[in-house]
Amino acid sequence: MLRKGFLILLIVALGVMLAACAGETSAPAGDSAATGDSAGEAAGDGGQMATIGFTASLTGKLNVESTRQTNGLNLWMKQVNDAGGVALDGGAVQFQSTFYDDESNQDRVQELYTRLATEDGANFLISPYSSGLTAASSVIAEQYEKVMITTGAASDSNYTQGYTLVYQAYTPASKYLTGAVDMIAANSPDLKKLAIVHENDKFSTDVSTAAEEYALEQGFEVVLFEGYDSGTTDFAPIINKVEQAGPDAILGGGHFQDGSTFARQLAEKGVATEYLVLLVAPPEPTFAELGDAAIAVAGPSQWEPQAAYTAEAAEAGGMEWYGPTGEEFVSAYEDEYGEEPSYHAAGGYTAGLVLQAAIEKAGSLETAAVKEALDGLDILTFFGHIKFDTSEEAHGLQVGHEMVYIQWQKNDAGDLVKEIVWPAEAKTAEALHPVR
Amino acid sequence: MFESILPFLVDGLLIGIVYGLVAMGLTLIFGIMNVINLAHGPIIALGMFGVYLFFTYMGFNPYFGLILMAGVGLLFGILIYFVAVHRVLNGPHLAGLLATFAVNMMIIGIGTSIFSTSFRNVDYSLGSVDVVGVTVTGTRLAASFVAILVTALLYAFLYRSRLGKNIRAVANNRVSAELMGIPSTRVLAISFGIGTMLAMISGGLLATIQPFTILSGSVYELKSFVIVVLGGLGNPLGAMIGGIILGLIEGLVPVFMKTTWVPVLEFALFILILLVRPQGLFGAKQ
Amino acid sequence: MKKWLQPGLWIPLLLVAAFAAYPAITGSASARETMFTMIMSIGLASSLNILLGYTGYVSFGHIVFFGLGGYLGFWAIDELGWHLAPAVLLGGVTAGLLALLLGLAILRLRGAYFALATIGVNEAMKSLVMNLPFLGAATGMELNFSVYKSYGGPATALWMVYWSLAAIVLIITVVSYAVKKSKFGLGLMAIREDEDAAGIMGVVSSRAKTWAYVLSAVFPGMIGVLFFFKNGIIEPGSAFRLNLSIELLVMVMLGGAGTVLGPILGGAFYQRLRGLLLTSDLFKNIQLAVAGLLLLLIVLFIPSGAVGWLRERSDRLRRVLE
Repeated sequence: MLRKGFLILLIVALGVMLAACAGETSAPAGDSAATGDSAGEAAGDGGQMATIGFTASLTGKLNVESTRQTNGLNLWMKQVNDAGGVALDGGAVQFQSTFYDDESNQDRVQELYTRLATEDGANFLISPYSSGLTAASSVIAEQYEKVMITTGAASDSNYTQGYTLVYQAYTPASKYLTGAVDMIAANSPDLKKLAIVHENDKFSTDVSTAAEEYALEQGFEVVLFEGYDSGTTDFAPIINKVEQAGPDAILGGGHFQDGSTFARQLAEKGVATEYLVLLVAPPEPTFAELGDAAIAVAGPSQWEPQAAYTAEAAEAGGMEWYGPTGEEFVSAYEDEYGEEPSYHAAGGYTAGLVLQAAIEKAGSLETAAVKEALDGLDILTFFGHIKFDTSEEAHGLQVGHEMVYIQWQKNDAGDLVKEIVWPAEAKTAEALHPVR
Repeated sequence: MFESILPFLVDGLLIGIVYGLVAMGLTLIFGIMNVINLAHGPIIALGMFGVYLFFTYMGFNPYFGLILMAGVGLLFGILIYFVAVHRVLNGPHLAGLLATFAVNMMIIGIGTSIFSTSFRNVDYSLGSVDVVGVTVTGTRLAASFVAILVTALLYAFLYRSRLGKNIRAVANNRVSAELMGIPSTRVLAISFGIGTMLAMISGGLLATIQPFTILSGSVYELKSFVIVVLGGLGNPLGAMIGGIILGLIEGLVPVFMKTTWVPVLEFALFILILLVRPQGLFGAKQ
Repeated sequence: MKKWLQPGLWIPLLLVAAFAAYPAITGSASARETMFTMIMSIGLASSLNILLGYTGYVSFGHIVFFGLGGYLGFWAIDELGWHLAPAVLLGGVTAGLLALLLGLAILRLRGAYFALATIGVNEAMKSLVMNLPFLGAATGMELNFSVYKSYGGPATALWMVYWSLAAIVLIITVVSYAVKKSKFGLGLMAIREDEDAAGIMGVVSSRAKTWAYVLSAVFPGMIGVLFFFKNGIIEPGSAFRLNLSIELLVMVMLGGAGTVLGPILGGAFYQRLRGLLLTSDLFKNIQLAVAGLLLLLIVLFIPSGAVGWLRERSDRLRRVLE
């Protein structure tokens, strides 16, 4: 009997030990105090250290976009720390980050965000990349009363779930393609027939449904509204359907893979259309690998290096200008990472910048004070206008920021370049049309 | 009516032939050694990347790159056989599935760290051709042509050459083949190599049609499962016919309903065939 | 009744209880979340083991029950305003019904054919859900944050979900043991060794297989509801993720298929290993490849898993470990 008791004890001990080990498994994938030598709480001369927590997709299908987003955030942190941090009453605050790999899927997002919010003592949270992962993390942010700035998460629905501490840096999905409709209406008032062809997933469906609604309101006729499966590699049937519907312009797409395949196969089939506007894929620099098939393909972008939002524009619009200029950001990013920043990178930087602006305004790191500052925020940055919905139904939804539309064009040297073709006040070139 | 369906029909047929080749390696390996190769998808992706790298960095014509990748595929397949498959051949089904899945994880893991998951494109065009009044892209036509050629070569090899006959003997009955003095291990290794080679070639062909990432193979792995069941597990020619059927479904169904219903129909058909005719539509050998 | 006091039962039970109790001892929410992931894996792997380990049928798409149960439960909570408890039951019942229907059909298939069919079922269900507007189609569904408030605030709700999960997994452990020791389980194992011979010996194999399938489907359906309730969002892609299905197979194999303790150890070890690899500086970038290599080594050299290996090594262990 004694031996049995001993065995029981042993097993219980073993189990608890294993559990304890498991508790430690998710050691941070990265702890970066950008100042380097700061140990723990005390940084600089008696100042404080604020921790920013997030997950990044180091592996899995989202790793490219997510890495850029993280790079942008890290650049912001480095710059603000180099400048001595944010001055508060109790001395300057510097920032450090803690992050984990979420493997591009939702399974562990809540586990990791809980760890960030409790164990790692994060003062603020930044969202993962993509709407699905962000929705899972929002529950945790709200529960542990941490302010979370979302970036790379465009779906509108996340902001109608009753969260009060989640703030969106991106233009929401419902406005991704409405500008394209405006552009077509302004440039070619005679065109009436649109085809909307979209990937059948959360983000693209949200975007396309909103675009269809808006297009109908504007007097367009939607001759084809069709979704395709996320794994689609052969677009021939869809393209045949498009050809038979005979639209003047084609809108839609989904993500990199399907969008670029769609564009390429449309070009190979020689489908005649006045405009081709696709989600996500066109703004990506590697879209140029498509060669001639990329010409005249347009797409919405959260931000582009050429987009010139200036302090003067802020003044004219009655907003406060905040942060670096676009040029400063681009050159700093290129120095740091050796490539031109994409909008994901700019979004990551902006998430930090918005937080910084709110902390400065609040003069505190307390959640309630920062929340109040965010609610009242109305600034113009290099990324664009930032202002949040404060109504109960859609709290935290981005209402200030606007998309820009890029189009691939050939410059005089014959190289493919991205030009901004919409909105009118930001454009660097006239929209090329017809596509073919 | 027929006029309007014709483009769907032609496109479906052409891509279907390529699908047939995509699934052929999987079905060949299963037919010979009763292993479902779960590394099939990543191998297809490697074929895509091989052609891409030869084209982009060495300037090789994609179709020449395809021949090189065939050689690489054969060797790589033999390597996989000896590392992962040989020891589990006589074990339970699960062992073979998990061993090849382990290879899958390794290829994807290393591939992601080298290439990341951003998409690549072989910027190569053969223009487009007019076939019975339908515009067809050159690369697509070439891909189905190569797929038919490879299938013909495979059959010539299996039925004319000594090694091919040995392979069929081992597939039929390994024990008696060994009794007849056929070195079964060597034959099995080469068969796995050939299956891998077919997958790599099909990947290379797909790379000329569409952009891809290191993860693109998984879509084709799933399609291959459907195809081999349609045509009968273990039957290469059945795979070709199954591929064409799948291509036609994908091509023609969107004429009549929303495209998003295509996968529902595909997999429902897949289960139905398994239930009603598990030996496939064209009665594979048992 | 004596069999209920056997070490084969109380060792796994105590182990699961110890895992479950750990966050309560420390009171840490972070530990709770880590253990949630681990205990969920244990529960799913143990359920799968009833079919895979005892009956020998390789279900590759087992995650379909987790996904479908999760969907129906989530829908009941979100649209019909149900309480979590009946929703969990609904998830379990739905998954069980699906297994019953499928079981009558696809369990006739053997070996690779069955494995392929289960993949097909998962993919078909995923594409079907993507076309059903009442389940949110491609966009999925999200829970309003206020739902958690009716359970006494989100913190209480999350602890409640955790304890429900722990209770379900303890039940699975008992069921798994009871099946193994029953005549029903003996029949299943006879099917595993030689289905035709089992038929001749009087095991009604189609009925036995179907009930094993149903049993192994009900619990993942219930766990799915808990997971997605906690997650706050459900989408087709995350509900029917084939990779998770394959990870479950790996867990069962690691610990030892056909044993009660095996899937528990396998689930715990697998999650711990992934955690280690993901965070190690050396392996971070190639963690998937390293995990693949380890899996290969285990499949090649310890095919019966940890528990199976131990049982083969010593008679005394064979008496204690089930």
